[in-house]
Amino acid sequence: MIDMKDVHKDYANGVSALNGVNVHIDNGEFVYLVGPSGAGKSTFVKMIFRGEKPNTGTVKIDNIDLSTYKERQIPQIRRKIGVVYQDFKLLPKLTVYENVAFALEVIEESPKLIRDRVMEVLDLVGIKHKARSLPDELSGGEQQRVAIARAIANKPKIVIADEPTGNLDPDTSWGIMKILEDINQTGTTIIMATHSQEIVNTIKKRVIALENGRIVRDEAGGDYGYEA
Amino acid sequence: MKLNTAKRHLREGSKNIFRNGWMTIASIGAVTVTLILVGVFLALVFNLNNFASNVESDVEMSVYLDPTLEKDQVEAFQAKLESIDKVGTVTYSSKEEQLNQLMKDMGQTEWDLFEQDNPLSDTYVVKTSKPQDISSVADEVSKLDGVDKVDYGESTVDSLFTVSKYSRIIGAVLIIGLVFTAIFLISNTIKITIIARSREIGIMKLVGATNSFIRWPFFIEGLMLGVLGAIIPIAIVLGGYYYLSNNVSQNIDIGFVQILPYAPFAFQLSGLLLAIGAVIGVWGSVMSVRKFLKV
Repeated sequence: MIDMKDVHKDYANGVSALNGVNVHIDNGEFVYLVGPSGAGKSTFVKMIFRGEKPNTGTVKIDNIDLSTYKERQIPQIRRKIGVVYQDFKLLPKLTVYENVAFALEVIEESPKLIRDRVMEVLDLVGIKHKARSLPDELSGGEQQRVAIARAIANKPKIVIADEPTGNLDPDTSWGIMKILEDINQTGTTIIMATHSQEIVNTIKKRVIALENGRIVRDEAGGDYGYEA
Repeated sequence: MKLNTAKRHLREGSKNIFRNGWMTIASIGAVTVTLILVGVFLALVFNLNNFASNVESDVEMSVYLDPTLEKDQVEAFQAKLESIDKVGTVTYSSKEEQLNQLMKDMGQTEWDLFEQDNPLSDTYVVKTSKPQDISSVADEVSKLDGVDKVDYGESTVDSLFTVSKYSRIIGAVLIIGLVFTAIFLISNTIKITIIARSREIGIMKLVGATNSFIRWPFFIEGLMLGVLGAIIPIAIVLGGYYYLSNNVSQNIDIGFVQILPYAPFAFQLSGLLLAIGAVIGVWGSVMSVRKFLKV
C-alpha cells in the first residue's frame, strides 16, 4: 500500500507541483489520477517510484519511508514498481524480447527463468508473435503492450501508468485498458494518470482529482468530472 | 555479480558493437588512425634513442701514464682507477700493445726505430658507467699522480651529448603530445557515440538498473573498440618493421647505425599499441557513461 503525508514538491525553476498531498492507496486498488495539465499528476506518480523527491512530507510504500533509501538503493524501489509511460520508453536498439528481458536481467534472474517469464508476459499482452521485432517496427498500441509487459515482468505489486493511452487511438486504448484490468485482477495495484474522460466514465474505478497540486476530489467509482 | 550477469554484460557489450553500426566504425577508425601515427612515431623515436645510446656508450677516455713509472706502479693503477666513483670498466693496454695496434692501423712502413725505443705510454682505457659522467671523471683522473695525459675527444663528445640530450627531450615531448592528442580524439569520438545513447541510459535507470549494471557493457564495448582499432596499426608495425629490418638495415651498412632488432622490439611495440588502444577505449567509454548516470 501507498501512503503520502503532507507531500510538498517545488521544482528548482519555481514551479510548485504538489502542495500538501495526503493519500492512502490499498493493495490491489485501481486508481485514476485526473486533473488539468500541470495539476501535478506526473509529479504525484514520480513520488512513488522516486523519480522525484518530496521537499517536505513523507511517501511510504508498505510502511517503509522512501526517504530512508540511499541514492544507490533507488534501483531497489524501481524494481518493485512497474512503470508505463505515454511515450513507451522502449530501448530502440533492442528487440521486443530483449526489452522485456532487460527488466529481469537487472534483478539477475537465471537465463532459463528470464526466457520463460518473457514469453509468458508477451503472451499475456498478446504480442508474443512480435518478440523478434524492433520497437520501431511496431504500432503505438503494440509498443505500449511491450512497455506493459516489461513493467509487469518481475511481478511488481504496483504498476504506475502515466497517460498510457495518451498517444493511442480509442480502439487501441480499450485494448490497453483490458490488459491493465487483467493485471489488476491478479492483485496488482494500478495507478493511472489519464486525460481520457471516456475511459474514466466507462470503466468505473476510484478517481483522485488533482488541481494546483492539491487533491480536490477522491471518490470510489467517480466520474472524470472535467470537460473533455 | 552472478556469473550469468557477467555473461550477459559480455554479450550485450559485444552486441552493441553491431547495434551501433556507423558509430562503431567511426570510433574504431579514430583509434586506428591515431594508433598508426603513434606506432610509426614510437618506432622512430625508440630507434633514434637507441642510436644515441649506442654512440654514447662508445665514449671512452685514454689515460696515458707517465713513462717513468715502474711496472708495479703501472699495475697498481688499475685498482686506483677502478676505485674512482662512476667508473665503469678499466682496460689496460701496454705501450707494446699500443705500438702493435698502431702498426696494424698504419700499415707496414719503417717501424724499426720505434721498436727499439717505444715513444708511446702505457695506457688505461676507462669507460664510465654513465657516458655523461666522462668529463667529471676525466678531471678527477688527470689529477692523479703518474698520469701524463687524459684524452676523451672533449669538444666532440660534449656536443654529442648536447645533441642527444635535446633530441631525447624533443622526442619525449612529441610522444607525450601525440598520445594526449590520441586520447582526446578517441575519447571524444566515443563520447559522441554514447551521447547519442543518453536517452537509453535514462530508460535503463527507470527500469531499475544500477549504475554498474549499465556501465559494464559500455566497459566491454570500449575495450573491444580499442582492441579492434589496434589491429591495423599492429599489422602495419609488424609488417613495416619486418621489411625495414630485413632490407634497409642490410643496405645501409654503416656499422654503428643499427635499428633495433625485429624481435622483440616489433612485438613490444605491438603490445604497447594494444594496451594504449584498450586503455583509451575503456577510459573514453566509461568516462562518457558516467555523465549520464546521474539521472
